[in-house]
Amino acid sequence: MMKSWIIIATIFFWLNGYSKTITVGGKNGISTIKQAIQFSSDGDTIIVHPGRYREGNIVINKSIVLKGIKLPVLDGQHKFELISIKANAVVVDGFKIIHSGVSSMEDMGGIKIYDCRDVVIQNNVLEDTFFGIYTQFGKNCSILNNQLTAISKEEQQSGNGIHCWKSDSMRIIGNTITGHRDGIYFEFVTHSIIWRNYSHGNIRYGLHFMFSNDDAYVSNQFKGNGAGVAVMFSHGVKMFSNRFEDNWGDAAYGLLLKEISDSYIEANVFVKNTSGIYMEGASRVHLFKNLFENNGWAMKIQASCMDIQVEKNNFLGNSFDVSTNGSLVLNSFNGNFWDKYEGYDLNKDKIGDLPYRPVSMYSMIVEKNPPAMLLFRSFITSLLDKTEKILPSITPEGLKDNFPLMKKAF
Amino acid sequence: MKKIIKYVLVDIIQNRIVLIYTLFLLVTSFSVFSLEDNSSKGLLSMLNVSILIVPLVSLVFSTIYVYNSAEFLELLVSQPLPRKKIWLSLYTGLTAALMLAFLVGVGIPLFVYEPGLTAVLMTMSGLFLTAIFVAIALLASVKTRDKAKGIGIAILLWLYFSILFDGLVLFLLFQFADYPLEKWMVGISSLNPVDLTRVMVLLQLDISAMMGYTGAVFKDFFGTDLGRIITGLFLLAWAIIPLWISTRLFHKKDL
Amino acid sequence: MIIATNVSKRFSKLQVLDNISLACNVGECISLIGPNGSGKTTLIKCILGMVMPDSGFITFNGKNILHDWNFRSQIGYMPQIGRYPDNMTIGNLLSMMKDIRNHHGELDEDLVFAFELNSMLQKKMRTLSGGTRQKVSAALAFLFNPNVLILDEPTAGLDPVATEILKEKIIKEKQKGKLIFITSHVLSELDDLVTQVVFMQEGKLVFHKSIEDLREYTGELKLNKAIAKIMVKQTV
Repeated sequence: MMKSWIIIATIFFWLNGYSKTITVGGKNGISTIKQAIQFSSDGDTIIVHPGRYREGNIVINKSIVLKGIKLPVLDGQHKFELISIKANAVVVDGFKIIHSGVSSMEDMGGIKIYDCRDVVIQNNVLEDTFFGIYTQFGKNCSILNNQLTAISKEEQQSGNGIHCWKSDSMRIIGNTITGHRDGIYFEFVTHSIIWRNYSHGNIRYGLHFMFSNDDAYVSNQFKGNGAGVAVMFSHGVKMFSNRFEDNWGDAAYGLLLKEISDSYIEANVFVKNTSGIYMEGASRVHLFKNLFENNGWAMKIQASCMDIQVEKNNFLGNSFDVSTNGSLVLNSFNGNFWDKYEGYDLNKDKIGDLPYRPVSMYSMIVEKNPPAMLLFRSFITSLLDKTEKILPSITPEGLKDNFPLMKKAF
Repeated sequence: MKKIIKYVLVDIIQNRIVLIYTLFLLVTSFSVFSLEDNSSKGLLSMLNVSILIVPLVSLVFSTIYVYNSAEFLELLVSQPLPRKKIWLSLYTGLTAALMLAFLVGVGIPLFVYEPGLTAVLMTMSGLFLTAIFVAIALLASVKTRDKAKGIGIAILLWLYFSILFDGLVLFLLFQFADYPLEKWMVGISSLNPVDLTRVMVLLQLDISAMMGYTGAVFKDFFGTDLGRIITGLFLLAWAIIPLWISTRLFHKKDL
Repeated sequence: MIIATNVSKRFSKLQVLDNISLACNVGECISLIGPNGSGKTTLIKCILGMVMPDSGFITFNGKNILHDWNFRSQIGYMPQIGRYPDNMTIGNLLSMMKDIRNHHGELDEDLVFAFELNSMLQKKMRTLSGGTRQKVSAALAFLFNPNVLILDEPTAGLDPVATEILKEKIIKEKQKGKLIFITSHVLSELDDLVTQVVFMQEGKLVFHKSIEDLREYTGELKLNKAIAKIMVKQTV
């Protein structure tokens, strides 16, 4: 046993002995990063001292660590992609990357990972880049604690913050993204986690997620993005403890679910969104212990959804709790708290004795005839809603919570 | 004219109804703002007060007041005073008293709890609605000699502006559901001052996002300065035209 | 001074005034008499501009009253039934009238004192009896020293003492050369005041004669008898 440890240690020191550290900038360093990479070999570390480096496109084709001290600036002069990673296990740590080129022909990124694995990109600041951190065919890469800020105002002029395409086992953790087209963009990405990111003020979506199965996103905050968050054409998605806030606008959703199946949405908070959740063609989605507060619509569930389970959620101060566009309901609502519930609890089991119908008549009318929104908050609509509550006729019969809670679910 | 307004005002203030109205508004406003933890919800509740209670009180109170002042009017008409002045003074006195009640009952709480552009807009719209519905009440009462009938008409008018009109709009929307009606709706809403003020305040509260395409069309119109000016002119017209007609009718009325 | 030309007025189906023409001059004291519902009050209201004639016109000192509201400053009007804002006191009413009349000349407060209204200035109008209201109306009619007095049933509801006071006041004003226009169906009280008689029936002006002509025509000294005689002649 002891012997094998010694062998491992020996191999480690041997390898270590052959790896070297190269310094760029400062008093004794090489002047350019490109030269340093040329001199380096796999396993080496390049330390970059503070300064402004205008070297065009830097290609890292060896498995090295590129580490900046006190955020050295890499300036792309609006012409170049700054760092292109084309080797496995590269680490890019602590750079300030600014002014990437903008191109409609190719997706220029601040940092781009080409078809490699185990890359770590951390603690960088990206400003005024077209795409921020771009991964294609990446595997087991980590993108940690970066700050990405784009300044473009128009959707065409702006790329995505963290863009992953056909990748697997990615870790996107602790990044702050603002001003990009989409904050985080996933397409064909599997088995990945998006954790503790803050994506706000992006032009389109805070998170845009397509054809990406079996991913989880946890404890992220999405605030004030042009259209909120879109999760589409995926299955096995877990969304836990995220916060969707202030996604307010004509076509803005806290969370847009399209063709999503076998997914879990738990303990999220939806505050002040035009629509908290908008669902279309979703099936087998479980919503549990989420908070919907002060949204225009807490949930819009189109008739194309089925087997949506809505349980133990709190609905507070939403203009409309639920709206739908059909009469067939294949979804279940159970044991939620609805602040608009006006029933009673005679047997004191904390469950209302009358079912609650979260779809108001007026919301049905609006769904069928959008200009009727003109009558929002008018006397006649509240009159209609009251009548409908007493004598349900238009609202779907099956859409009701049979066990509405008398007190908040959590 | 000032003198007549003074006497009308004194008379209305002696009449306790306006005082009760003021107190009612005050109590409502303060309870709304202190009970609602959410400020925008409080504003929406106040909006309901302005678009339901203000027209109702303005219409019914003014109508009754005009009928009850028949003697006063008769006395004034036999005096060397132009009828136009008498009528406009009556209108001004009524409007001023009810506006004052609204300012104290709703305006002050609004500025205490929610100072800002929305408060300004809501107060303005309440004042406009007061001016409009006093004018409409005067028109209704100058047209009908019988007091009971006049009050009935006032209540019917309130029902029309608060409920029936919107019902009609809803009906039209469904009848012509296949046509793009959004732009027409801007025009149609200007046919009802209650709708006009409601939409304007809602847009200010940034509910427009919820109104979808309709909201966008509305915002394009009502959200701009030009739109606000046009809306203001429309509201002004809603006050001036009934007032003008009623003045003409009063000018020829047999007392 | 006041000339009515072809004045007609119809209240829905009822022809209240039918083509009435009438001329009244300074210094006359005209009694407008006729049965109930003959259109006396309506005619008076037309003259005051409170009721708009359907056709015909009325001039006051040569000006059409339709286009000139200010002529009313020369008229003192005592309505048949004085109705005043309930909440006002007599004092309020008097001061309001003084306020809105904008009268520059001397005020004639004879009746205010004669009827002892000055001692009950604090009383609210709604608490007053019909007679007291009439007193208030009368006092108001004379208050601004108008050239023309239009008194609609002035003695109705007044007690004999007040009636006598009012009558004396009317005579006094008549002597000043004012035009006085009185409607009444109680004839005897007016005998010694009247210089002209206008008789109306069913909206039509039956005759307009001076009292001398009338006496000569009928041979009766008493006015009511003379009128009765005429009515008999008419119906025969």
